[in-house]
Amino acid sequence: MWWDTLLLAFREIRRRMLRSFLTVLGVVIGVAAVIIMVTVGRGATAKITSDISSLGSNLLVVIAGQHRGPGGSSAPPKAFYLHDVAAVVEQVPSLRAVAPTASRQTKVVYGNENRSTSVIGTTDQYLTTRAWGLTAGRGFAEAELRAGKAVCLLGETVRAALFGRLSPLGERIRVGKFSCQVIGVLASKGQSSMGSDQDDTVLIPLRTFQRRIAGNQDVGAIMVSAATEADTDKVKIDIQRLLRERRRVAAGDDDDFTVLDMKEITATLTGTTRVLTMLLGAVAAVSLLVGGIGIMNIMLVSVTERTREIGTRLAIGALESEVLRQFLVEAVVLSSLGGLIGVAIALAVTLAITRTMHIPFLFDPDIIALAFAFSGAIGVIFGYVPARRAARLDPIEALRHE
Amino acid sequence: MSDAATDNAATPPLIRMRGVTKVYGSGQAAMHALRGIDLTIESGEFVAVMGPSGSGKSTCMNVLGCLDTPSGGSYRFQDIEVPSLTRRQRALLRRHRFGFIFQGYNLLPRTTALENVELPLMYRGTALRERRSLALGALAHVGLSGWEQHRPGELSGGQQQRVAIARAIVTEPAVLLADEPTGNLDSIRSHEVMELLRGLNRDDGITIVMVTHEADMAAYAGRVVQFADGLVASDLRQKECA
Repeated sequence: MWWDTLLLAFREIRRRMLRSFLTVLGVVIGVAAVIIMVTVGRGATAKITSDISSLGSNLLVVIAGQHRGPGGSSAPPKAFYLHDVAAVVEQVPSLRAVAPTASRQTKVVYGNENRSTSVIGTTDQYLTTRAWGLTAGRGFAEAELRAGKAVCLLGETVRAALFGRLSPLGERIRVGKFSCQVIGVLASKGQSSMGSDQDDTVLIPLRTFQRRIAGNQDVGAIMVSAATEADTDKVKIDIQRLLRERRRVAAGDDDDFTVLDMKEITATLTGTTRVLTMLLGAVAAVSLLVGGIGIMNIMLVSVTERTREIGTRLAIGALESEVLRQFLVEAVVLSSLGGLIGVAIALAVTLAITRTMHIPFLFDPDIIALAFAFSGAIGVIFGYVPARRAARLDPIEALRHE
Repeated sequence: MSDAATDNAATPPLIRMRGVTKVYGSGQAAMHALRGIDLTIESGEFVAVMGPSGSGKSTCMNVLGCLDTPSGGSYRFQDIEVPSLTRRQRALLRRHRFGFIFQGYNLLPRTTALENVELPLMYRGTALRERRSLALGALAHVGLSGWEQHRPGELSGGQQQRVAIARAIVTEPAVLLADEPTGNLDSIRSHEVMELLRGLNRDDGITIVMVTHEADMAAYAGRVVQFADGLVASDLRQKECA
């Protein structure tokens, strides 16, 4: 009997191929959307995590000003100075590298080419803290740093924009208002997790930056790399205590600086992505529901169209429950087929998206099983009302129906 | 099914209606379709039911076939008191005791003749193989061997009605209810179908109750019941035709 009912359902669906397909389109899209959202979302989370840890999970960034307070800060934050950096190096244990930085968006020019880029004044330690290598040339020499020489390292994006296929080494470019010799090219780091191009930068000695661009002694941010990941918490506390003392923050007052911990940033970002994934997944689930309503609609039409058939079945001895089952099975088979198609589409689309976005393809059987089961459940829920209507038909009326 | 056509006094009549009424609506608008029908049909009879539209013959057939329940009176089928049955019990009674033939054939569209005939057996839970052989037998019985795989759209009206007859007799019902079986057919096909029905009655002992408008179709039956205004106006046994 069950087998007969199933066969019957498949036959009815095949008979109205186009209509059946259009009917389940909503479920197809719903299932596909849920799976795509969740799978891509998880891939993105994994990508962010790996990106940040590649940046150095034991990296701390100290910036002036309290960034987490509500509203904007009233006064411009008090900058750091080089003696603050020296104090950190001297007094905080378990450090691998410390690099003071100051940056400004500045125009760089070579020949006819020019580009506005982020010019960062720093030291040779910067490359260590960021785990960044060179593809050509050399880093800053001790003497160049101390004297504030006009030398620079180019990020890959800037090198490509200014020099194309020419070799930049030894050439002079104009940075803001002064001329500067290219001594090295940085390895490509690609986009950061926040979407900015990390290669769109030019590094110059901090002293050069202070004299020729900023015109002051300020240090905007201090990059600190702890010796091991386990040390980061301890280092963070030490830095906070030291800087509070040096900047004379009264006990009980908030810090007037912020120590950003990459681990925390990772947690925040992945948390955000997870929430977004859930949100999008929920929206997709709503479309699945809408798909269910489409199925109910068409099943109701189908019951009306087949009224005479139902009347005949009831007259020759079909029970109410058997007619109910017939239409319910038809709805479930229909929506499950939609679910199946949705899963197939989702896998194809997810594969394509993860390829083009360079995020890992995390195959998750759970979410696929869940979405598929949900599509079946949709068939039961939205097929019930039409099926009951069919089963409750009066055979006499139904037989007379034209 | 039951031992047909034996006029044994000990066995109750197949169908026994006493004072059956049917009222649609209520109060001023009430429509009395049946005003007190007394009708007894023995196993093995071939009864033609006639009467003008609105005389109550269709309502009576619906009550007879357990598709509808009477508003009052008594209807015993074999030894079952039908008005007291639930909807489900009436469905089971139809499944096991009745065969239906309709004016418009009511075959499932886009479904082969064989599958149409198998349908009532499917609801009885007959196994596939037995179902198939019974359905083939029934189709052969109505002279449609070789047409098993044709769909209703590929068959003539007469052939479709014969498929419907095969569907009705494949379960070996106690009674065959035919509602104007020749209403959609021309005179030649009509007579073919009537010959078939008479053969089923005479040779296989199947009880047949048939509604018809046409006197020459009623002539095939052994007994003609005339309806008028919701009552039985006349009930005549005809001379056996040769």
